[in-house]
Amino acid sequence: MAAGPGQVFAAVLRRDLQVAWRRWSDAANPALFFLLVVTLFPLALSPKAEFLRAIGPGVLWVGALLATLMALNLLFRADVDDGTMEQLLLSDCPLPIVMLAKTLAHWITTILPVIVVAPVLAITYHLPPEALPTLVLGLLIGTPALSLVGSIGAALTVGLRQGGALLAVLVVPLMLPVPMFGARATDLAVAGEDPTGLLYLLGALSVLAAGLAPLASAAAIRLGID
Amino acid sequence: MWTWFYQLASPPHFYRMSHALVPWLLGLSLVLIAVGTYGGLVLAPPDYQQGDAFRIIYVHVPSAYLGSMIYVTMAVAAGIGIIWRIKLAHAVAASCAVIGASFTFAALVTGAVWGKPMWGTYWEWDPRLTSFLVLFFLYLGYMALRSAYDDLAKADQASAILALVGVVNVPIVKYSVEWWSSIHQGPTISKIGMPSITGDMLWPLLVNIAGFTLFFLAMLCIRVRAEVLEREFNARWARELLRGGAAGGVN
Repeated sequence: MAAGPGQVFAAVLRRDLQVAWRRWSDAANPALFFLLVVTLFPLALSPKAEFLRAIGPGVLWVGALLATLMALNLLFRADVDDGTMEQLLLSDCPLPIVMLAKTLAHWITTILPVIVVAPVLAITYHLPPEALPTLVLGLLIGTPALSLVGSIGAALTVGLRQGGALLAVLVVPLMLPVPMFGARATDLAVAGEDPTGLLYLLGALSVLAAGLAPLASAAAIRLGID
Repeated sequence: MWTWFYQLASPPHFYRMSHALVPWLLGLSLVLIAVGTYGGLVLAPPDYQQGDAFRIIYVHVPSAYLGSMIYVTMAVAAGIGIIWRIKLAHAVAASCAVIGASFTFAALVTGAVWGKPMWGTYWEWDPRLTSFLVLFFLYLGYMALRSAYDDLAKADQASAILALVGVVNVPIVKYSVEWWSSIHQGPTISKIGMPSITGDMLWPLLVNIAGFTLFFLAMLCIRVRAEVLEREFNARWARELLRGGAAGGVN
């Protein structure tokens, strides 16, 4: 009996979360990486409060993008190596739904910790407390678009040996609008202005990516597996 | 009409036909570029604001136009290749990438050279400039992905998916000047009926755009011919052709 799209989505999501939970150290790495990247800037540039407040939103968003990028290598790798992906391809599950669920599970396990750490780091960058909700909300709405666009690159490079650097070259140009709008929204909140419009724009990007990216990554993953 | 289409899609037929086409395209494009450049550099009057510096549009505008137009061509060819599984379409898409990247690079460089006297800076992080730079990166990513695959059929399919995904950037390049307030000047020639440029400045530009486009088609034919030959070197028509004499000279 064929399962409906909703059931497939829930089953894949539950399974991936379970696997990630049992190897939770993998999931902690992107947040740790994010922490280190963000720590670099005050040390390398200047620890002055004024300066940090000016660059803070941009650094946090770029850090989130880099953490996403780093985590993407592992998005499909384990499933392809142990044959799970092959079974999913052979089954009659709608593949875009599977990819969407996998990307969501990956986002929950790798990027959500990053978003939890972000406000703490924002305080060390002297961002005003009023700006923190915008930062967190923006990251919650915007980073799914990063993971979804990244999933296309991850699927395209999964069969290749030197995937890492190539993955960045493929997906970063397409990801650019997200940190741009996200950092701008936080900037506005820091300056005490209304960032709603930009948050809507981030939401639009994520919805667009959720609709289209799984189709592309489903087509791409078929190629990676013979 | 369909038989014509299928014939064109067959590599040996394309190879034979394009052989006759290349000299015409190339010759005509060089004539047009020569006329357009003479008209632009010598006949056109200097701009009342920009002086002689505006004359770089005769290279910059055709390059920029081709940079984005070739990306669309590449994506359409890649889409045809992936949907109807036509190998020639994949060969066209693959050949577009290098040419398109070159024009995009040329547009970026001529724009920087123009920007220095006009805006006082070679580069500005402005929507039009940045989205055009992203276009350049998309070409590079496309080529990097192709070269990473050993298997040609897989390289075709994977790069086709990437080309189609990257199309979202093209409208952003096109409309960035209108959507965001940009340092880059708005469109000059496409305002239908009322171009904001005088006739003796305009015609050399149009001639050059036509010349550059034909030049692109000529380069595309040459590259696709090489690409097709490389892919089909084991097919009978290619072996006969190669045994018959010099690779390019035989029908």
